[in-house]
Amino acid sequence: MRAFTALVKKDIRLYMADRRAVLMSVLAPIAIASFFGFIFDETGAQHQASRVAVLLADEDRSAVSTNLAALLTADSALDVKAAALSQARDAVRRGKATVAIRFPAGFGSTAASAFFGGADARKADIELLYDPSHASEASMVQGILAGHAMEAVSKEMFSGKTGRDAVDASLAQLRGNTTIASDQQRALTSLLEGVKGWNDVSQSSGSAGAVNGPTIPFEVKKEPVTSGTGVPYNGYAHSFAGMGVQFILFMAIEMGVGLLAQRREGLWKRLRAAPLSRTVLLGSRAVSTALLSLFILACLFLFARVVFGVRIEGSLTGFVGVAVAFSLLAAAFGLLIASLGRTPESARGLSIVATLLLVMLGGAWVPTFVFPKWLQQATAVIPTRWAVDGLDATTWRGLGLSSVAWPIFFLLAATLVFGGLAVARFRWESE
Amino acid sequence: MLELHDLTRRFGALTAVDHVTFGAAAGEMVGLLGPNGAGKTTTVAMIAGLLPPDSGEVRIGGRRLGGDTDPLKSRIGLVTQDLALIDGLSAAENLQFFAALYDLDRQASKRAVAEALDLTGLTERARDKVKTFSGGMKRRLNLAAALLHGPDILLLDEPTVGVDPQSRNAIFENLETLKRRGTTILYTTHYMEEAERLCDRIVILDHGRVIADDTAQGLSKLVPAQNLITVALENAPDALLADGLHALSGVQRVETAPGVVRVAVTDLASTMPAVLQWFTNRGLKYQHVSTERASLETVFLALTGRALRD
Ligand SMILES: Nc1ncnc2c1ncn2[C@@H]1O[C@H](COP(=O)(O)OP(=O)(O)O)[C@@H](O)[C@H]1O
Ligand SMILES: [Mg+2]
Repeated sequence: MRAFTALVKKDIRLYMADRRAVLMSVLAPIAIASFFGFIFDETGAQHQASRVAVLLADEDRSAVSTNLAALLTADSALDVKAAALSQARDAVRRGKATVAIRFPAGFGSTAASAFFGGADARKADIELLYDPSHASEASMVQGILAGHAMEAVSKEMFSGKTGRDAVDASLAQLRGNTTIASDQQRALTSLLEGVKGWNDVSQSSGSAGAVNGPTIPFEVKKEPVTSGTGVPYNGYAHSFAGMGVQFILFMAIEMGVGLLAQRREGLWKRLRAAPLSRTVLLGSRAVSTALLSLFILACLFLFARVVFGVRIEGSLTGFVGVAVAFSLLAAAFGLLIASLGRTPESARGLSIVATLLLVMLGGAWVPTFVFPKWLQQATAVIPTRWAVDGLDATTWRGLGLSSVAWPIFFLLAATLVFGGLAVARFRWESE
Repeated sequence: MLELHDLTRRFGALTAVDHVTFGAAAGEMVGLLGPNGAGKTTTVAMIAGLLPPDSGEVRIGGRRLGGDTDPLKSRIGLVTQDLALIDGLSAAENLQFFAALYDLDRQASKRAVAEALDLTGLTERARDKVKTFSGGMKRRLNLAAALLHGPDILLLDEPTVGVDPQSRNAIFENLETLKRRGTTILYTTHYMEEAERLCDRIVILDHGRVIADDTAQGLSKLVPAQNLITVALENAPDALLADGLHALSGVQRVETAPGVVRVAVTDLASTMPAVLQWFTNRGLKYQHVSTERASLETVFLALTGRALRD
């Protein structure tokens, strides 16, 4: 036991004495996680980046299209600028604008006559040009456009000149219509007369702003579902988990490579000459790696808490459980590198590439929920994914202990596989 | 104390250590001498339990050395050929760490560290980081690190490679002190002067095989032409003198020169008194007598037909 503690203490002391190693494993992840967190953090993003750039080519210039343009411009989700069609198309193609909207000439009147015109009336066209790399934003603009168009057209129907003309035309058409049942004809006529009457009233009173006819009868209230009402999604929680995982694996690589390099040195002979079991020699290395990993995680989440308000909203036991299980996994990963590597140099290069892959697929850079479905399923076998998901679950998702039982189990199982392989394949003799 | 029986180790097609058998009694200092690649380090590694032999065995105090955790390993101290120190720690911290590997408690560790520092003359530098040490000081600390658990057997693998003469002498003195205290020492080297100066017995290894195992004096008998007694006479020796000396038992050859006689003998110790007596009996006064023993270099050359240093 004395030998074991002495070995662990030695490893930790030497790691801590290496300023560059400590900087690399604590400051680097803090810097990168802060950057990623800033980019992905929703509250930060809403301020500037998320307004969709829209170019508007109004070739109609009718009351309806002017009104619709004003509604779009006022929408907080859009950044609308007027432009000629050719200009707008070019801008979308260059990626300077996400969407271009065109109201062709005659849009307003066609829309008005189609309003009460029934299923077979000719509908007005709106052209929407979009950047295919931002298809989801284009869909969003389409939805917003539909709402505002409905509002603009109906407002014109109930209070504008175009509306009155359209109602008159519809009434004339209705009178000459013989295909329609007489009771329906009567009811429709009185409805249109009513609209005409309302239109007259709102014209003469001049209070166009007060009641403008039908509007969209609901407003959507969005709430991000996180640990509780009022607790926003914290992009920093995720980025700190991800970068922590990445840089802890880097640290584990250094520990593994260090062990590999030791076999070339006299020190390894002295350790082997003492009556120590292999379990003590490798186990102490694993324990010191795991302790350093916990230290790094603690530094990162402490920083994230103080600076970015990241909290463990869920089970603290769960968080610690995931942290410990992942730290053991990192330790086993380090041993595996030491036992499979040939030379320290080649082992380091190869395992850094492997780590970057593991970490990327594990969702440490971008959250796995942005992955396509098949990739989300495929990456379920990657241990780093369980670590990141487990840390996410207990921080911003605010979930309980039971939600991380599987991640913890899976991490520990992977630890046993890695560790077993490492001990079996480790070459004990000096070089 | 230490016995090797038919110890053999192969690396692929190469037999690095080939049925090596020798021993060292308690308190004896044995030199393991051989050119580079002779198998010295491999032999030491098997004694220290770092490398399992392919066949044969190592016995310590009569008991066969077993696996990694065999407590018998605590009776061995290993001074490695490459320095086995942690540069980032101080001398004292290094020693405390190595003491802990042998499960010494705080008290015992403190005592052992102080004693080892004292013996190797490093007490004043105890708190300094090893990376600030000179090569010679590191070698001395490397020796100290092997002594903490009070081993009965000390294995030294080329402990003086790249060491300044002063540190080298300091190490020799340390070893003599340890020997006086009863430590059995196996001293591996390819410098014959060291083996000759320090060791009670010398085992010569070549291509993994023991080709000689004797005291320095015993080995010198293998090349009698190189054991010389040189006598400076007051008067010029006459021609008959050579024949007379030649008749003595143990005398191999006699050369004369004006004022000097050189006598080559099988064994200096036993033949020298008879040679001097012969001069005295004839009333020949000698001014000065000197002896020269066959060097291990010439012994090795005689045994293998090759020079020891490559
Ligand atoms: N781990 C090893 N693998 C392969 N060959 C080795 C190994 N260790 C030593 N040898 C070979 O065994 C022979 C004896 O080496 P060694 O015991 O180091 O000699 P010495 O210490 O006398 O110079 C040399 O030819 C060396 O190349
Ligand atoms: Mg050697």
